[in-house]
Amino acid sequence: MTRVGGVIVMWIALVALPFWLPWIGGYTALGSKVLIYAIATMGLNLVLGFTGGLSFGQAAYFGLGAYGAGMTLKYLAPSTPLAILVGTLAGGLAATLLGPLVMRRRGIYFAMITIAIGQLFYFVAVRWNEVTGGEDGLAGFSRQDIHFGSWVYRLTENNFYYLVLLCFTIAVVIMWTILQSPLGHTWVAIRENRRRIEFLGIRVERYVWAAFAVAGTITAFAGALNALLFNFTSPQDLHWILSGNFVIMIVLGGMRSFFGPLVGVVIFVVAQDYLSSVTGNWMTFIGMIFVSIVLLFPKGILGVFNRRAVTT
Amino acid sequence: MQLLLFNAFNGLIQGVFYALMALGLALILSLNSVINMAHGGFLVIGAYLAYTLNPYLGFWGALVAGPVLAGGIGLIVERVLIRPIYKRPDPIYSLLLTFGLALIIEDMTRTIWGPQGLPLEVPDIINSPVSEDYFFVTGYRLFVVGITAAAAIGLFLLLRYTLLGIRIRAGTRDLETTSALGVNIYKLRAFNFGFGCLFAGLAGVLAAGVLGLTPPMGNSLLMPSFVAIIIGGVGSLFGAVVGGLIIGLAAGIATTYYPAASEAVIYLMMLIVLVVRPRGLFGEEGLFE
Repeated sequence: MTRVGGVIVMWIALVALPFWLPWIGGYTALGSKVLIYAIATMGLNLVLGFTGGLSFGQAAYFGLGAYGAGMTLKYLAPSTPLAILVGTLAGGLAATLLGPLVMRRRGIYFAMITIAIGQLFYFVAVRWNEVTGGEDGLAGFSRQDIHFGSWVYRLTENNFYYLVLLCFTIAVVIMWTILQSPLGHTWVAIRENRRRIEFLGIRVERYVWAAFAVAGTITAFAGALNALLFNFTSPQDLHWILSGNFVIMIVLGGMRSFFGPLVGVVIFVVAQDYLSSVTGNWMTFIGMIFVSIVLLFPKGILGVFNRRAVTT
Repeated sequence: MQLLLFNAFNGLIQGVFYALMALGLALILSLNSVINMAHGGFLVIGAYLAYTLNPYLGFWGALVAGPVLAGGIGLIVERVLIRPIYKRPDPIYSLLLTFGLALIIEDMTRTIWGPQGLPLEVPDIINSPVSEDYFFVTGYRLFVVGITAAAAIGLFLLLRYTLLGIRIRAGTRDLETTSALGVNIYKLRAFNFGFGCLFAGLAGVLAAGVLGLTPPMGNSLLMPSFVAIIIGGVGSLFGAVVGGLIIGLAAGIATTYYPAASEAVIYLMMLIVLVVRPRGLFGEEGLFE
């Protein structure tokens, strides 16, 4: 029961965020960014933490979602829901099509192939100037107010935050439901003992493929929201550095727990925001965070405080 | 035709750097079971140290000192940071650790030497074009190819015929048995890591003579080296070299016909290889599958 209580407290805190965050020196857009990254990393964690596939190129699907949403608004139609839908489908489709190439691999080879595939999209975004805006990124679009008949939901900074919170809630419910289903249990079983699952007659590869596709779709969903948050997207949203950041956020929070990535995202995004405002060498500090997490907190923050979280 | 030759040759030179990087990466990947994301960092260290030492030691001295120092720093990094995490079975930790190192090294390079590009002076004797028609074939570029070929052949001979090389190959096959037979695998892995970094440093110095020095140069060469390994086949050093040369050449040829695709073509080739022959050109079946 404590777990349900915790989730309710967390959700109330998130609903009230636009009121208390500015008060402690933050801004609402930072809250939106945290939730968006939380969707992305929790999605990635379906592969990484629950299925045990070391996906190190997740920024590709995040970026595809972002470019999909941005390009829909810019070239297709001024509709926010359509932009989110197209972005999500673009990233999800890419992950689904590329899944068969990675699903057979394991460990470091899985990681290497996912990183390298991610770079393909990065270079397409950088070089396809006329459409993607090249190195400068895709600008010239903005999120559009949502119309329900005659009623209009204006996407101001605060209102957009609530849209993101709604998306976050939907994504969390979907992921939780999947993890409670036979599919989710099979993923965890594959992580724990892949060979045994194979011998039980389950087609492990298909399940890894499913995990990869679902994770890619959810990450793309987050990417689409991210493009709408900043009304901008750039090749940096596709770069392997972002992929690495996603993974470290997950490990920082605890990759064996459902909400672990959220904790990692809060710490990482706030730290990054703060460091880049006080020092030009923030990259060095981020790098040191990486090294110290690996050496000191391999099980993540939640792993240190909550032993139960390790087993989920 | 002239343009095609020009671009193909440029691509080949680029491919030589990929191959050198990929060789070091593949060495570390097979024996240390580490994807060294900081490999580009060691390349940058080798290149910048050679640049700094160039006025004191001359080009030839720097060409030796840069890679050796990069290898030395690699030894220290292995001992202090990587050795403690060998015992963790999940490869995610070494990946994240070296990823963090890559960020630190790039940022520190920018702080110490500045963000702007720097040139590495190459002696005139080897820097003049070989012929008028083929102006792009400078002596230095042939020199780069020669040094790389010598280094690669040297490595193969070392692995094939020396006791150390035999131990490295044995460790790659079965680390536990090698250890049980009385080989100090900690020393072996440390040496191997340093050796891989030495190759990165060598690639750095040679690349600096052609491309100049910039802090992100290492990280931009890193991804194509991954692709070189995947195309060549994980577990095969020969494959890594061939893979590097192939993608360099392909990128060069693509530059002639469709310049915007020169990078993407590398990754497209990788996808094709993964579909047609998942283990890579010279990879062993079943490895990491």
